[in-house]
Amino acid sequence: MVGIVIVSHSQKLADGVVDLTKIMADGCPIAAAGGMDDGGFGTSYEKIMMAIEEVHGTDGAIILMDMGSAVMTTEMVLEDLGYEDVKMVDCPIAEGAVAATVASISGRSLDDVIQEAQSAVHTSKLS
Amino acid sequence: MDSNKVLETIKAIGDKIDAEKDYLTELDNIIGDGDHGINMARGFQMVESKLPSLEGKDIGTILKTVGMTLVSTVGGSSGPLYGTAFMKAGMAMAGKMDMDLNDFLSCLDVAIEGVKMRGKSTQGEKTMLDAMIPALDAMRTATENSSDSKTVLAAGIEAAKAGVEYTKTIIATKGRASYIGERSLGHQDPGATSFTDILETIGSAL
Repeated sequence: MVGIVIVSHSQKLADGVVDLTKIMADGCPIAAAGGMDDGGFGTSYEKIMMAIEEVHGTDGAIILMDMGSAVMTTEMVLEDLGYEDVKMVDCPIAEGAVAATVASISGRSLDDVIQEAQSAVHTSKLS
Repeated sequence: MDSNKVLETIKAIGDKIDAEKDYLTELDNIIGDGDHGINMARGFQMVESKLPSLEGKDIGTILKTVGMTLVSTVGGSSGPLYGTAFMKAGMAMAGKMDMDLNDFLSCLDVAIEGVKMRGKSTQGEKTMLDAMIPALDAMRTATENSSDSKTVLAAGIEAAKAGVEYTKTIIATKGRASYIGERSLGHQDPGATSFTDILETIGSAL
């Protein structure tokens, strides 16, 4: 299964998104990298790296980030790890995570999971 | 400037950031997420704890270690941005035990390219680049008339300060401050301010 990592400035938000995905995709390899090492707001290089290592299996992994340093720090972790099959996806993290975990637990490929997460960008909630 | 002087200067930069942390955080409170000073101070505190292990090392290794430490300990955008800047400068100085004025300008040049790449940003977006780029330009111009490092740095510091003033006149389009849009007018950018603090510290070290 494709692994999923949630990177947020907030530990509670990252943990909450992971929890949310359990409703429809319990058992999907997903890890939270939220907040700083001391639990405060911010982005932790080490937490992101550990979360990727935790969920990165033979099928690759995707990373969903909130803004700013979450994106930039993730980029730096990926440059250092050098994994070809771990990709950042630009999408809303809660909706994207739900779509991606459902696709992952259904055994879909890395490309499919990326596409499902990205579809969350265009999914209208009010029409 | 030899590698020992570089270590001393980095320590002095940490002290300066620590002294300015409340002011930087206050600036960031107005237009951003209010963590710039605290984050930078935490990062440089960790940098300081690594300095003894860097004694005798080449300047490339020193700058690269500073960058990696900032990336892993700052926690906000200034971590990857300043981290990339120092790491790029470190690559440019690989194996060197001495840094002259030209080396310094080359370091700042690659640092600016690194910040642009990492932040997907350019001049005029109310970021640290608005102090960095004019400072480099002014120093390059100054080298045409003078080879004295202190004189050249003074020109750079003056341009960086003018860059900070310029950030008051523009609306943020990058970073957290872009969320508040027009309300960012009239306020200076914390990143441009901290860069100017760093450049001033380097100028004083010469």
